[in-house]
Amino acid sequence: MPSRPDSIPPRLQLEGVRKSFGATVALDGVSLAVGAGEVHALVGENGAGKSTLMKVLAGVYAPDAGTMQIDGEFYRPVRPLDARQAGIVMVHQELAIAPHLTVTENITLGAEPMRGPLVDLREARRLAHDALTELGRPDIALDGPAGDLSIAEQQLLEIARAIALGCRVLVLDEPTSSLTLADTEKLFGLVRRLRSQGRSVIYISHFLEEVKEISDRFTVLRDGASVGGGRTADATPDEIARLMVGRSVSELYTRSPRQPGERLLAVENVAGPRKPTAASLELRRGEVLGLAGLVGAGRTELLRAIFGLDPVVDGRVRVAAFSGAATPARRWRQGVGLVSEDRKIEGLALALSIADNLTLTRLPAFVTPARQAADSARWIEKLGVRCAHPLQAIRELSGGNQQKVAVARLLHHEVDVLLLDEPTRGVDVGAKQTIYRVIDELACSGKAVLVVSSYLPELLGLCDRIAVMCRGVLGPARPVAEWDEHKIMLAATATTPARAA
Amino acid sequence: MAATSNASSAAARFRRVLAAFGPAIGLFCACALFAALRWRTFVTADNFAIMLQQTAVIGAGAIGMTVVIIAGGIDLSVGSTVALGTVAIALLLQQHLPPLLAALGGIGTGGLCGLVTGLLVTRLGLTPFIVTLGLMGALRGAAKGLASEQPIYPDDTWLNQLMRLGEHGSLPIGVWLTLALAVLVALMLRYTRFGRHVFAIGSNEQTARLCGVPIERQKILIYVIGGLFGGVAAVLQFAYLTGGDPTTAVGLELNVIAAVVIGGASLSGGQGTVLGSLIGAFIMSVVANGCTKLGMANWVQEIVTGGIIVGAVFLDKLRQGRRD
Repeated sequence: MPSRPDSIPPRLQLEGVRKSFGATVALDGVSLAVGAGEVHALVGENGAGKSTLMKVLAGVYAPDAGTMQIDGEFYRPVRPLDARQAGIVMVHQELAIAPHLTVTENITLGAEPMRGPLVDLREARRLAHDALTELGRPDIALDGPAGDLSIAEQQLLEIARAIALGCRVLVLDEPTSSLTLADTEKLFGLVRRLRSQGRSVIYISHFLEEVKEISDRFTVLRDGASVGGGRTADATPDEIARLMVGRSVSELYTRSPRQPGERLLAVENVAGPRKPTAASLELRRGEVLGLAGLVGAGRTELLRAIFGLDPVVDGRVRVAAFSGAATPARRWRQGVGLVSEDRKIEGLALALSIADNLTLTRLPAFVTPARQAADSARWIEKLGVRCAHPLQAIRELSGGNQQKVAVARLLHHEVDVLLLDEPTRGVDVGAKQTIYRVIDELACSGKAVLVVSSYLPELLGLCDRIAVMCRGVLGPARPVAEWDEHKIMLAATATTPARAA
Repeated sequence: MAATSNASSAAARFRRVLAAFGPAIGLFCACALFAALRWRTFVTADNFAIMLQQTAVIGAGAIGMTVVIIAGGIDLSVGSTVALGTVAIALLLQQHLPPLLAALGGIGTGGLCGLVTGLLVTRLGLTPFIVTLGLMGALRGAAKGLASEQPIYPDDTWLNQLMRLGEHGSLPIGVWLTLALAVLVALMLRYTRFGRHVFAIGSNEQTARLCGVPIERQKILIYVIGGLFGGVAAVLQFAYLTGGDPTTAVGLELNVIAAVVIGGASLSGGQGTVLGSLIGAFIMSVVANGCTKLGMANWVQEIVTGGIIVGAVFLDKLRQGRRD
């Protein structure tokens, strides 16, 4: 990264920050310098280390190595409160608003001005009013409940809270992901206002056009390291995308030659309550179809709508000869299975045993635990699940082995259509390889597989065809030979998505 | 690596053993303590028959409550269900119905209360705590209304014999009935799809939904089962009182829940055993009985029982190990 011309220390400077969790290296030497009155974009693929870096900055994780400085002074937070006191405030994608409290109470939350043992209400209102005025929105009623405000206004409330705290560095994490275009423009106006007041803003986004428009400088993270950056004006979106994905495809993936057969799943113009807005696809026997896109583009919602977990507002889903309303129970009976993206919250019942989790969808009316264990033992052996016993509680297993069980549930049910949502998230390389092998074997034996993944090499290595989803709209599925990471990235980060033909 | 996994699986096995036998060990310790202090009066067949007789009503309620709590629910209306049930039985007997039909009527009344709970919980999406808190009051009121706020003592029938102690420490029929039903429900929980689904819903409702478990239907059934066992408890309570009383069994639900919790079930769902719950109920009877034998005042017993509930849950927490 080019050094700044002046000798004043930057507002925030990170050098060689490292952090690993067990054997997984999350941050592998990140350097970053943000000046006062600068909007600094932080970009990178999902899993590149952005959120870990922000958690280090916020004092949630302590770094293993490296230094952080604010205005030339060393900064070593050990808890989130330290970050706030140092003037670093985060505004996350999921807003942290207490909907029942008033606007004033939200803005001063945790930093209420006191008069003796009591909250100084007049001073609190003044602080809230000043912060909102500084943001150009003195019209927001101070005494109304925050829950009545729009999403954009709630976000503004969080920024107002940062200002009332006297923040020096404001971190905006994917701030436009749930905003309309008009609200996005207003947010940009706000960010420019903050910049002119001399505050620093770290702007995390996937949308490269946004990065071009709003930021002064940028840094690219890839595989936990800062791999490039500079003045935004000097770089094209194309060059930034190349920095984000530039790595070699490893030899992890297996894709045997296979012939697509009859159509098993047809999705026609499906729309959900919020996302997706328009999605059509066809899935055949003996085929692996990949869904690429950014987190929040609506891929998970599409899978859930197909499976009957989320309502379908418009459009049609047909599984083989079946059409009509879907419930998960019906889908299982029709031979469709889903692996949830979040195995801890939804995918697995952690307190139950491996056998219970594995056989849950296909229990006979009378269950014999010995039979359950024997059935499970077969899959445990086939997928190499490392465990003491089939009746062991699944929470005692590692993430990779838990995920193997989640996948094995579909194998045990002998489904024809597999809906896999981020099947290798948070699993080790060995488990990844097993899951890739299983997907290949299934496709070769005539099953149909639909994979959602945010890890592009994985999609390019596994799939026969790939479709890209962007802001709720699913693009056309093209043979994998017509895609590369760069093209997928551009399609996924387009401001106006290309509609399916 | 291998060593740590062995160590952790050994620790896991130890925790499983504790989970299976913890309540039994607790019961043994309580009995041993009172036996050591009052051998002559405590360790007699008659005394154990009395303690079992006093456990039967709570035990019957605890069987149903175990199913409800494993599924992640709660039922605060059991005490009122029992009162309403005894009144229903008394009224049916006054109509000269055969005792068997009257008893089934009482059990059916309990099932109906459970059905109402189940429908309110699933169809209106209300939390079971609130629904059954409301029903606790409403059912008690209904019982008082039906009975004109008076206990009802119908003519003597064989129902009144159900809880009578026999000669030389032989157990009342009601105790055997409770034990038989407990075995049935324990087998159901372990060996049927329905039972496995109860555990799945309580452990992680979202996973159960993902796996196609019909959650609404299942929950309604679970509360009906809870209610039916409230009805069984009502039959036993009726036999004990030899009449229907709208003011009986106040606060019974808390004893029932305490028995289930002492028995190793988790109020957050997903775990629990019928055997454990019955042992939990019996522990409370043993403590009450033993304290009386020691000549302790009633208030001391209440403090001791309260301490046992908190202590049992704390031990359970230790058994679970540290969870992040």
